[in-house]
Amino acid sequence: MTTLELRDVTKQFDLRSGLKTTKFTAVSHASFTLESGKTVALVGQSGSGKSTIAKMILGLEVPTEGQILIDGKPVDHHGRKADHIFRKTVQMVFQDPYASLNPFHTVEHHIARPMKLHHPGMSNAEVHKRVIELLDRVRLTPGEDFAKRLPGELSGGQRQRVAIARALAPEPSILIADEPVSALDVSIRLGVLNLLARLQREENLGVLYITHDMATARHFSDEIMVMRTGEIVERGPADDVILHPKSEYTKTLIGAAPDPERRLKELMAQRTAA
Amino acid sequence: MTTATNSNAASSAASVNIPTNVLPPVYETDPVLEVDDFCVEYRAEKTVQAVKHVNLKLGRGEVLGLAGESGCGKSTLAYGINRLLKPPAVITSGRVSFNSREGYPIDVRALEGDDLRMFRWEKISMVFQGAMNSLNPVKKIKDQLGDVFTTHRPDMSRKERLDKCGELLERVGVDRNRLNAYPHELSGGMRQRVMIAMAMALDPQVMIMDEPTTALDVVVQREILREITRLKDEFGFAVIFITHDLPLLLEISDRIAVMRKGEIIEMNDAMSLYTNPQQEYTAKLLSSFPSLTGDRGDFIRTGSEDLAEGTSPFATKE
Amino acid sequence: MTTATRTAHAQRKPRKSRADSMLPPMTPKLAVGLTIVVIIAAFAIFVPFFVEDPNKVSDVGMTAPSAQHWLGTTQTGQDVFAQLAYACRGSLFIGLTVGVLAVALSSFFGILGAYVGGATDEAFSLLSNVMLVIPGLPLMIVIASYMPNKSSVLVAGVLALTSWAGPSRVLRGFTMSVRSRDYVLAARVAGEKPWRILFVEIFPNLIPLLASQAMSAIIAAILGEAGLSYLGLGATDSYTWGTMLYYAQNGMALILGAWWWFIPPGLCIALFGAALALINFSVDEIVNPKLKAATRSQIKKWKLEEKAGKAKSDAEYTPSPVPVPVAAKEAVA
Repeated sequence: MTTLELRDVTKQFDLRSGLKTTKFTAVSHASFTLESGKTVALVGQSGSGKSTIAKMILGLEVPTEGQILIDGKPVDHHGRKADHIFRKTVQMVFQDPYASLNPFHTVEHHIARPMKLHHPGMSNAEVHKRVIELLDRVRLTPGEDFAKRLPGELSGGQRQRVAIARALAPEPSILIADEPVSALDVSIRLGVLNLLARLQREENLGVLYITHDMATARHFSDEIMVMRTGEIVERGPADDVILHPKSEYTKTLIGAAPDPERRLKELMAQRTAA
Repeated sequence: MTTATNSNAASSAASVNIPTNVLPPVYETDPVLEVDDFCVEYRAEKTVQAVKHVNLKLGRGEVLGLAGESGCGKSTLAYGINRLLKPPAVITSGRVSFNSREGYPIDVRALEGDDLRMFRWEKISMVFQGAMNSLNPVKKIKDQLGDVFTTHRPDMSRKERLDKCGELLERVGVDRNRLNAYPHELSGGMRQRVMIAMAMALDPQVMIMDEPTTALDVVVQREILREITRLKDEFGFAVIFITHDLPLLLEISDRIAVMRKGEIIEMNDAMSLYTNPQQEYTAKLLSSFPSLTGDRGDFIRTGSEDLAEGTSPFATKE
Repeated sequence: MTTATRTAHAQRKPRKSRADSMLPPMTPKLAVGLTIVVIIAAFAIFVPFFVEDPNKVSDVGMTAPSAQHWLGTTQTGQDVFAQLAYACRGSLFIGLTVGVLAVALSSFFGILGAYVGGATDEAFSLLSNVMLVIPGLPLMIVIASYMPNKSSVLVAGVLALTSWAGPSRVLRGFTMSVRSRDYVLAARVAGEKPWRILFVEIFPNLIPLLASQAMSAIIAAILGEAGLSYLGLGATDSYTWGTMLYYAQNGMALILGAWWWFIPPGLCIALFGAALALINFSVDEIVNPKLKAATRSQIKKWKLEEKAGKAKSDAEYTPSPVPVPVAAKEAVA
């Protein structure tokens, strides 16, 4: 059981234009908790600060104010050892599988490296065996064949499965998924999400699902947080937020999402009128 | 195929009796664009048939949605119709005829040089993918809009031109005083509106829109879509709307063509396509979009789909 | 199965080894380039062992090519063929040395600076900007006036010093773009050590660019050395194509019509430069696949095909009855 907590986290960037420097607040006083076995969706438009939160959790950006805690202890990226423990606990699936795999390295390299890093004692044969196992788990079979391939020889969906396998390699307890399917073709999106959900259940992961898609947020997660210009404006159980939104902004977002049922009703009404 | 959608769709189709249309549809009686046996190949190291024997008709004032995933040839088809393809793309066969509202047909593939240039923006205009980033950053909006008129209406006076540009901006819901703005002073949605204004400048009869809202936020996307629908009703142009977002197409189009591997595998009016898809692929595409308020897609959370592995299109690998 | 899927399938067939993807595909351009380079390199390596001393003066004077002297002799009766063999060796030595040094320097300052960032990057970039504006030729003239005897190593050193700055800036930009790619972030998230990220994740992606830069550096060095030598500022301890031209000029080969003296080194420079440029085109196509362009004749052929296709479609076209899509038919019915 692991909990990741953001306590009143704020991130400001300096915007330089000429000699003037202005502060831009990307995230303002965000607080929430992620725990094993739960999926939380972070929903918002581009520029709302969702990705900045992900980067701060992963230590790629440093919060201007506030704290990030794992199991109640503040995260420490200083020093090899502390950072190492953190890396083993929190992993990430990136948005664009075309950018997140190194075109020069094979699939096996991508998955074996994190494994070796976090289990230095493992023999090469053992690592190889586990790589194949992981590939099987993300439904890339035969694993032996996929392990040898280069990213350039995989489709978008297959690449994202490799990226998921890589994130799972250190056996993390928290997984950050930053728009994991928005760069994929529509017909395979649900398949990848479904896989993520299954792995989440099997490994009892705590998942932060960052997205702009309200519909998948609702079906994929237990809780939804809606973010607007750096602030979390609404949070609650997934169905409550989508079906009975309280904040005006959430209502706008939901109203803007395409909903064929709505059109169907309109058309029906038209035809009956005619 | 036993997905949630299908049963859902079947039930809604059964419960409502759709009145059959007695009048022949507008794409038969008054087509503005007829495409016949259209084929495009890409001559790379290996020849790839990007568009295969496509037939379609676009009615005057109709919105035709062209849906498909990346690489299915939907953009190639649209660019091919407008003769915008460059080598190594080769149009190997097909006819494209454009029936102008003045009552004469144009054989699009026979056009050359100046005729083709005039045809392109006057009769069929385009809003490209990511178009809002294709505005020239160092030219004012009025100059970029005005360029269309200096090229196509050289007789127009400066004053007239400026008036016309202002009018165009107002049409797409941007204030006239933005004429003096530079592109970077406008938001993404506003820039996209400017691009639509530019496409409307010469009062075209067909507008081809290639993923015009993909790069925009949902809220802005919604506004732009409303704008397009309103303008279409007001000015009577037909629209070919290209996107991978099927729910979006279902909302705005009259008919939808689903493309896969260069072929149109299914074409039907939006409602029939949604309630009664004929092709398995169409059904799969439809079910790829979880319903926002309904139950479709909830298998992700419950894991119920996993139980019936093998029957589900998502449990198996691609 | 349709054609499109078949071709897609063929393209996705797994390649045999990782190295394959780094090598440019064999094209006529590449083949010609490689052949010329191999011939000239082999000539430079082996032939000097079999020819007479290029400095040996004889009393035959300037003679045209003959069975004894394949490329004739110079004013002082030295064998031009022997000189050419040694000159090839000298020029290639300088070219290679400069290539290696320039790539090493530009990688160090460009890649490392961009990767480390911050003050190091600022300092490195300032240094490369300063070096960029120091022109090689005047620097060489200054050095030449201080040193009466210049070894080819010294010449190579000066050429390398004045040629790394440009490529270093290109590398810096490219490294910065690679550094911010998601796969590098992913390696950081996985907990890789910084030096490993640099050498294992970033560096391999720079290899095609480095290869292309090395080639350009070699061409520039050989031409630069020829230019310096022609002005009499080149190495004094060895023959190069440039020094040969310099002596030919001094010996009034041009006026006396002794073509065998100046044409061979000139031709060697031109051929070698062209060959490296041809190889470079192929390498560039890996770095930037957009450069692969169709030839004019191909485009012409395609245009004709399009015309023929149109004529055929027009002939087959019957305006009515119009084929209605099956789905639409069903909907109406």
